[in-house]
Amino acid sequence: MASEPENNEPNPIPSSEAAAPSPLVAALQREHAEWVTDVIEAFGEITVVVPREHIVAACSFLKAAPDTRFDFLADICGADRGVEEEPRFEVNYHLFSTTKHHRLRLKVLLDEEDTHVATVTGVWRTANWHERETFDLFGVIFDGHPDLRRILLPEDWQGHALRKDFPLRGYEPYSLK
Amino acid sequence: MSSVANIPPQFEIVDRPLDTQMTLSMGPQHPSTHGVLRLELVLDGEMVVKATPDIGYLHTGMEKLFEYKKYQQGIVITDRMDYLNPLGNNLAYCMAGEKLLGLEIPERAQTIRVLMCELQRIASHLVWLGTHALDIGAMTVFFYCFREREKILNLIEAASGGRLTPSYFRIGGLMMDLPAGFENRCKQFLRDFPPALEEFHTLLSGNRIFQKRTQGIGRISAEDAIDWGLSGPCLRGSGINLDLRRANPYTGYENYDFEVPTEPDGDVWARYMVRMREMKESHKISRQALSRLKPGSVKADAPKVVLPDREAMKSHMDALIHHFLIVAEGFDVPAGEVYQAIEASKGELGVYMRSDGGPKPSRVHFRGPSFVNLSALPAMAEGEMVADVVAIIGSLDIVLGEIDR
Repeated sequence: MASEPENNEPNPIPSSEAAAPSPLVAALQREHAEWVTDVIEAFGEITVVVPREHIVAACSFLKAAPDTRFDFLADICGADRGVEEEPRFEVNYHLFSTTKHHRLRLKVLLDEEDTHVATVTGVWRTANWHERETFDLFGVIFDGHPDLRRILLPEDWQGHALRKDFPLRGYEPYSLK
Repeated sequence: MSSVANIPPQFEIVDRPLDTQMTLSMGPQHPSTHGVLRLELVLDGEMVVKATPDIGYLHTGMEKLFEYKKYQQGIVITDRMDYLNPLGNNLAYCMAGEKLLGLEIPERAQTIRVLMCELQRIASHLVWLGTHALDIGAMTVFFYCFREREKILNLIEAASGGRLTPSYFRIGGLMMDLPAGFENRCKQFLRDFPPALEEFHTLLSGNRIFQKRTQGIGRISAEDAIDWGLSGPCLRGSGINLDLRRANPYTGYENYDFEVPTEPDGDVWARYMVRMREMKESHKISRQALSRLKPGSVKADAPKVVLPDREAMKSHMDALIHHFLIVAEGFDVPAGEVYQAIEASKGELGVYMRSDGGPKPSRVHFRGPSFVNLSALPAMAEGEMVADVVAIIGSLDIVLGEIDR
């Protein structure tokens, strides 16, 4: 409860399998239990499933809190769990700390009918292109994004190429309309 | 206006006010954009008001293709992403797979991985140096850089059979051991390289034109660099001492003695100096790795994942069965997801790999350092001159194959 930032080990070894819930998750759960739906610890990595309405608040907290200091957003990537899966889509946020050198994955689950999640460009500006890519390839809509356009595929492309129901190959050549 | 008397009025020179802005498309065929990058520049005179990168010209759907290929087939796709640093891509991909499978890699394989990756880093930096200097107008450097790079490519070819697409690392170790005579050839290269590096310094670092073109250009502060997710030499050029080989050591980098060069200024010159000093450090690591090579296996002890030796396959029934099954059906990878990041030559190269079980991944995502570094280009280029945009792109060291994937 009254743990000070100094209690945190300065450089946790990434491969160590933590026996107890890691201090990172403990910090998050202690402050805001409603932000944490589930915690998965596997392969030496920690994943926290966050309800989508809390993702921006959780990211801002993790960036600012003295014992987490996730000031570096390494990556955002979408994933399609499968056409029949419910919820179907995931957005993974890979966080890194340039001072403490630890990592954390936040995960937001999205239903197929409602693929909206708030943008985190206000927390890290680097989220801009990552979110555009996820929008382009999965159709996840980041509400509040300053410039949500396709980034890899042409503007008039139909569909979202990395969805599992999008075919790998087709017979119609693409032409600019 | 004109002092010459008989100029027709339509050819008379008029001073246009500069409050009108012009939009200029730079690329996608412009040679200084290092591939097919298009920049939409809004210019006020020669000043860049707004720069918008437009990417995707090389998009080939590699991440989609991974989902249809077995794990071992995916390695050859990674070669084609950052084609200047293919061994780095191989390493990140293989390490992600090894993390999911829980494989232990033998020491010799780890040492060879370090050696090859550092040689590749030097080769990648040499291409950057040559093209960066070429963009700014120093043409000679290019030839010297490619002369040295050729020696590295020959070494990589000797080990793997491929020059640009080696696919040398496999999930569970290496494709095969180093060939006979490799160590001597490598030693020869490592002896020749420091004088060559001095030569590059003589050609560029003391060159006043080069200094004027790079110092104070394309500045980015340390806070902005982190906020924009810059990594690798671009981040260290802004004074942040962060190298994943130190921060999250992998493949035994914690046992090597090397420095992490940083420069405080955050401009094109700082990024230049960081890479120049990094080549020296890579050379140092390569020497250490070469001296640590001990005889041993280069493949993990996992017969269901790693292909058996050719001789064993011809003489042992079980090896033949395993070989057949791996080639025909692939190997099953337990369900789960991992994110494996390495320090590639351009920055943090992260691989997100996700398995639902079975021989093919359900999602592979590459966090390319070039992709993220390029996204920060507007922050560096706005307020600079058009000619400096060329210098800034060069200093970012982007590879469009990795950006567009």
